[in-house]
Amino acid sequence: MEKRVVFRSSWLPYLLVAPQIAITVVFFFWPAFQAVFYSFFLQDAFGTQSQFVGLANFAELFRSESYLNSIRVTAVFSTLVTVMGLAVALALAVAADGILRGALAYKTLLIWPYAVASAVAGVLFAFLFAPSVGIISYVLRGMGVDWNWVLRGEQAMLLVVIATVWKQISYNFLFFLAGLQAIPRSLIEAAAIDGAGPVRRFWTIVFPLLSPTTFFLLVVNIVHAFFDTFGVIDATTQGGPAGATQILVYKVYYDGVKAADLGGSSAQSVVLMAIVIALTVVQFRYIERRVQY
Amino acid sequence: MIRKALLASLVTVAFAGAAQAQTEIALWHSMTGALGDKLNEYATRFNQSQNAYKVVPVYKGSYPESMTAAIAAFRAGNAPHILQVFEVGTATMMAAKGAVVPVYKLMKDADEPFNPKAYMPAVAGYYTDYKGNMLSFPFNSSTPVFYVNKDAYKKAGLDPEKAPKTWKEFTAAAEKLKAAGQACVYTTGWPSWVHIENFSAWHNLPIGTKENGIAGMDTQFTVNSPEHVRHITMLADYAKRGLFTYGGRRNEAEAKFFSGECAMLTSSSAAQANIKRNAKFPFSVNFLPYHDDIKGAPQNSIIGGASFWVMSGKTNNSYKGVAKFLGFLSSPELQAEWHTSTGYVPITIAAAERVGKTDFYQKNPGTDVSVRQLTNKAPTANSKGLRFGNFVQGREIIEEEIEAVLAGKKQAKPALDDAVRRGNEILRKFEAANK
Repeated sequence: MEKRVVFRSSWLPYLLVAPQIAITVVFFFWPAFQAVFYSFFLQDAFGTQSQFVGLANFAELFRSESYLNSIRVTAVFSTLVTVMGLAVALALAVAADGILRGALAYKTLLIWPYAVASAVAGVLFAFLFAPSVGIISYVLRGMGVDWNWVLRGEQAMLLVVIATVWKQISYNFLFFLAGLQAIPRSLIEAAAIDGAGPVRRFWTIVFPLLSPTTFFLLVVNIVHAFFDTFGVIDATTQGGPAGATQILVYKVYYDGVKAADLGGSSAQSVVLMAIVIALTVVQFRYIERRVQY
Repeated sequence: MIRKALLASLVTVAFAGAAQAQTEIALWHSMTGALGDKLNEYATRFNQSQNAYKVVPVYKGSYPESMTAAIAAFRAGNAPHILQVFEVGTATMMAAKGAVVPVYKLMKDADEPFNPKAYMPAVAGYYTDYKGNMLSFPFNSSTPVFYVNKDAYKKAGLDPEKAPKTWKEFTAAAEKLKAAGQACVYTTGWPSWVHIENFSAWHNLPIGTKENGIAGMDTQFTVNSPEHVRHITMLADYAKRGLFTYGGRRNEAEAKFFSGECAMLTSSSAAQANIKRNAKFPFSVNFLPYHDDIKGAPQNSIIGGASFWVMSGKTNNSYKGVAKFLGFLSSPELQAEWHTSTGYVPITIAAAERVGKTDFYQKNPGTDVSVRQLTNKAPTANSKGLRFGNFVQGREIIEEEIEAVLAGKKQAKPALDDAVRRGNEILRKFEAANK
């Protein structure tokens, strides 16, 4: 039997949801609408002159090398962050799940980094890996590695990936641990009795049963890598060197805020909006159906 | 006791009343630390010198942040009276015709004495339109200079009193330093500003057509000339041979110099105070090296820094106050003080002469280098400044391409060709947006 609250008054329910709707409209729909609107215009910085240019801003985007590069960078970055973040978190979760003594301490320590703001995480790693004064750079140089992410794109990428993954592991870890604990012991024990070793048990029983969690985390991590990593990048590489870490979100900010190119930046936001909508559709359609075996 | 307190509060109220009657002038700036203190001090001095106006300086974050804030404020009808804008934002501000009040017009309307000839040509030229009208008020201007660690020179068997004048001599010195075990031989701050923009002016080469964009918005970049290619190739070669360590796009390299890691540095003259405070070794300040086989070199260098723009839509009365404040800032005493305490160049000729008459330069060797370099020769069409639309993005493109060359991913020629092509796209877009 479904429980339902019935409002007698006809206006009260609307009044109760009004604040939430107002916030959504003011902070989500209005800016989104403005972005779509501005993406069709070419404006000077102060908005004193404005011309309608149709889809020219979009056409220019997909002609622009730096935008195409940014798409490539975002693809590489989000793949690395997602794969590494999930793999490490899963390994840690499996290890933590098997621990009997002091489990709480391990778990707490692993969850800790999630409380760190991404800008702070970025600054932290920027210090550790700073080309001239960083302690890890010092060690790396001692090992003969020419460490200078200010100039080397692949090292800069590695740096932002590490900083992002470090922060994201906690979140993934929590979900994996919960997922692992939800797997019935009886299945694993039955497999053990049938003579399956720990590795075999993991790949044939645990991993498939974890797939709903993994899929959920996959989507969440991709979204995270796409949109929530602004702080890390702004605090470390600021998109450099030579655009090697300029992911789409950072480029929107850079072109719109720093370079005062409102039309181009708005067009980029609209493209990003389309990506988010697509990701959300994927998440709802497939996660709701559940990946099951 | 109570009576005293009452009296005190009455006095406070009376003063508050007087303050209300004053016209407030909002000034948004990006000066931090000692520079911010100095600016606040000037505002206080101005406020105490008269009763009608009160300048209120507000720190609004870095240059791009402050400019963005002002743009947003302008769109909302809330712009400050005065906005400090960095040099690369100049073209954007100039094109925003309805948003700013040109300084020459402001001074004329307010009947404030103003003689554009009193300002240093190398400084004022940067902020002057093609008809010779000064559009913004130069406040803090610097120019890149060449710093040498004298101890490192001594260790390498070089004469510490003789810094290289040409890039040929520079190469020889760099090789000796490297051979003597110097880990980082040379580094630079602001790569595009030093090695493209000032390199061009210093060798009397154009950065763009139409007098570096000053004569018209239909300008195109020309930084892929054989001379530019050769210079960037030389830097890439230095990098390969371990003679040059790239330090980043802003002033990160300065720390590499004053920590003693790098023996030579090219960066802003305004870094001098900071280097002096932090370096535990004697250093010298010198002219930028030049290529002696390029005709006309050395010409004069160009400035960086920021200027004050007056925003439109304010009352006539407040503009009178703004004009008075700018007049106050131009006084030779104040400019001389600004120059000697910060390392920025004086903006008026009178101030430069005033400092020249004192023994300041003898007591602080190297502090006159920036002024001498800026005024080395009368500025030509190639060396009076530059004006490129959206140069924030333009400079970024140049820096990206330089980085690609230094990382060994591209040759100098295709990289600079790409910089020109990509930069021109930005210029065309700016031109279209500002018809």
